[in-house]
Amino acid sequence: MPLVDGFMYPNEVELQWSVLIVLYPYLTGLVAGAFILASLERVFRVEAVKPTYRLALLTALAFLLVAPLPLQLHLGHPERSLEMYLTPHRSSAMAMFGFVYLWYLMAVLVVEIWLDYRRDIVLMSQSSRGWKRLIYRVLTLGSDNISERALQIDERVGWLVTVIGIPSAFLLHGYVGFIFGSVKANPWWSTPLMPVVFLFSAMVSGIAAVMCLYMFLNWLRRVPIDMRCVDTVARYLFYTFIIDFSLEMLDLIHRIYEADESFRSLDFMVHTRLFTSQVLIQILAGTVLPIALLALTQVLKLPEAARKSIYSVAGLLTLIGIFAMRWNVVIGGQLFSKSFLGYTTYKMGFVTREGLLMAIFLSILPLLILGVLVKLLPPWSEKGAMPEPQPPA
Amino acid sequence: MRLAAVFLVGTLLFLLARGFLVPRSFGQYGHYRGNAIAEIAARPVAFAGHQTCETCHSDVLELKQKGRHARVNCEACHGALAKHAEDPVSVKPAKLQAAVLCARCHEANIAKPKQFPQVVPAEHSGGAACDMCHQPHSPALDSGKRK
Amino acid sequence: MNITRRRLLVLLPAAAIAWKHILAGTPEASPNYKLTEHWWGMLVDVTKCIGCGNCVRACQTENDVPDGYYRTWVERYHLEGWAFQNPKVDSPDGGKNGFPPGNQSGGKNFFVPKLCNHCVESPCTQVCPVGATFVTPDGVVLIDQKYCLGCRYCVQACPYGCRFIHPQKETAEKCTLCYHRITKGLTTACCESCPTGARQLADLKDPKDPIHEFLRTHSIQVLKPYMATNSKVFYNGLDGSVR
Repeated sequence: MPLVDGFMYPNEVELQWSVLIVLYPYLTGLVAGAFILASLERVFRVEAVKPTYRLALLTALAFLLVAPLPLQLHLGHPERSLEMYLTPHRSSAMAMFGFVYLWYLMAVLVVEIWLDYRRDIVLMSQSSRGWKRLIYRVLTLGSDNISERALQIDERVGWLVTVIGIPSAFLLHGYVGFIFGSVKANPWWSTPLMPVVFLFSAMVSGIAAVMCLYMFLNWLRRVPIDMRCVDTVARYLFYTFIIDFSLEMLDLIHRIYEADESFRSLDFMVHTRLFTSQVLIQILAGTVLPIALLALTQVLKLPEAARKSIYSVAGLLTLIGIFAMRWNVVIGGQLFSKSFLGYTTYKMGFVTREGLLMAIFLSILPLLILGVLVKLLPPWSEKGAMPEPQPPA
Repeated sequence: MRLAAVFLVGTLLFLLARGFLVPRSFGQYGHYRGNAIAEIAARPVAFAGHQTCETCHSDVLELKQKGRHARVNCEACHGALAKHAEDPVSVKPAKLQAAVLCARCHEANIAKPKQFPQVVPAEHSGGAACDMCHQPHSPALDSGKRK
Repeated sequence: MNITRRRLLVLLPAAAIAWKHILAGTPEASPNYKLTEHWWGMLVDVTKCIGCGNCVRACQTENDVPDGYYRTWVERYHLEGWAFQNPKVDSPDGGKNGFPPGNQSGGKNFFVPKLCNHCVESPCTQVCPVGATFVTPDGVVLIDQKYCLGCRYCVQACPYGCRFIHPQKETAEKCTLCYHRITKGLTTACCESCPTGARQLADLKDPKDPIHEFLRTHSIQVLKPYMATNSKVFYNGLDGSVR
């Protein structure tokens, strides 16, 4: 296939944003989604999902820590990236996002994790030895107070942080959608629906990720899976997916009906260069199939083993499908010419700084970090059973 | 609380660092480094501009002004010659290839404006170089000086 | 051409002084140039463009533009009949070495030179996260190469495709309207080397600039007016099919 089909403005032939910029919204989406799931228990008192609460928070943290890495690797001058905090341009969505990210990381996620784990941190700082003891000592921030009153304050503040955290999570990923949706020069991106679609697909991917991780980790530890929990999580996944799918279909139908200047060019692109990733992977395998599978579990009374298999398959397909959605937005938005007269090709490197190998590494890294976090701040009690629900505040 | 203290200290440190790290001229004219304007404007020029050429080469100017190439600037054909203007004795302009140069503008092309003089070189001169009959500075056939 | 040695000895010092004046200084240092007295734009007359590519080559020479990237370029349009919405467009190497005569058949054909439009409400300036690209008080959109992160947001935001990332410097780059020339009283490299006067630098704040009369007496277009970027590169004779 030749590099360029038709006509492209001479400077458009090379893609600007690579697979790393596809990975970045995917990672922050997982963060937002995992956090929303965690908040289901904390704020909306959905008791059933309590076993996934701490795991969801740690997952969010692991992915949030890795999220800036694809951005740094992609920048021409990463050593200047501090400029975004020193002289942020207030009219730029990207600059403002730097602060949204910082706020979410420091004021929401880290605080909530610290507050929820504080009692365990203090206990472990007293009971452990060696360098582990030092880590826990530092994490206590010097306070040993785990009296009933102190814990109650922790609970209250934690609740407040989660309440602030939910709109913050919406802002975190909605903003990424806005970064794309506000670019009037690109009709594939420019739509007010973009932040909403990004947010809901983020929630879908985050919930699916926590569900899969929970099932996988429990299988690894040879601990029985709390089916009531997983059934509830799957149900929320199903509902969120329906909304996400409806939004994407709305965008599609709207485009087809209005058939504006860009439509023919975009339509052709979806039928040719983007067919596999958009129609086959994102829509059919990554959305319709998981929704159908989850619908089965909602409509029929299936035995536990069948449900577990369906949840695992649906979860994995979802994760692939949402990645494909990010791919189609970011890469798809750069494959066609703004003259609407041509198309280019994305040449993804393999061992280059922004290549496939780097993307794979950055996808695995959060799982490794999660492994460390799970060891440091176990989301389950020592005995390996599910942690008891905390007494209501 | 401990947490609040940590955040406060962090914010204060950041604001302090900011005072040192933001470039002095930032914000002078707008949200950018004011010095950048002067830095960009200080770039050396490569094209001297026709007025500079005409300071020395007024005889060519006189000839050009009478013909159809009156408004064609010197460096449009002769290339960037600021270095030559700076040091006319040691830096000499390159010799020009009439066949390539003239064809760039005057080879017939359907997209060129109809009234623009254009020919198919093979049919027009049968392979002879353009400057055999046309003096580039005054291309009309009866303008006198030619090779 | 005959320059006698004597004539040269007389002319050289005069030329040297004139040249030094041209090379002298920065806008602030040069007492002749005040930022607030100028508002730069350009007039492109499509009816005069012959697609010779002089402008593309001159820009590359003047500004060290890397091969394969273009601060300015020329497009050739070919339209059959009334098929307004289906032009055939090509721009071989940006038009740097002209255009091959190709299959000359009927239809409507013309050249369109393009460059950065130095928009007053430039979307590239709006999205830059750090203030590395900006509009100067005299209306030129510039890039601070020492401050740019290379995030490429501005390249995405430009509706006209005039920005690129320099392969070695890894910062954004584009037409600067030869800022280093126009602040010294020269014209841009592309305008200097255009043989037909299809490109002309314009100072919209200068009452003596012929552009005012031209804008008043001709039908003038800008590229993609619906983007509402308030572009300052004005086209005469721009066909409706131009993308």
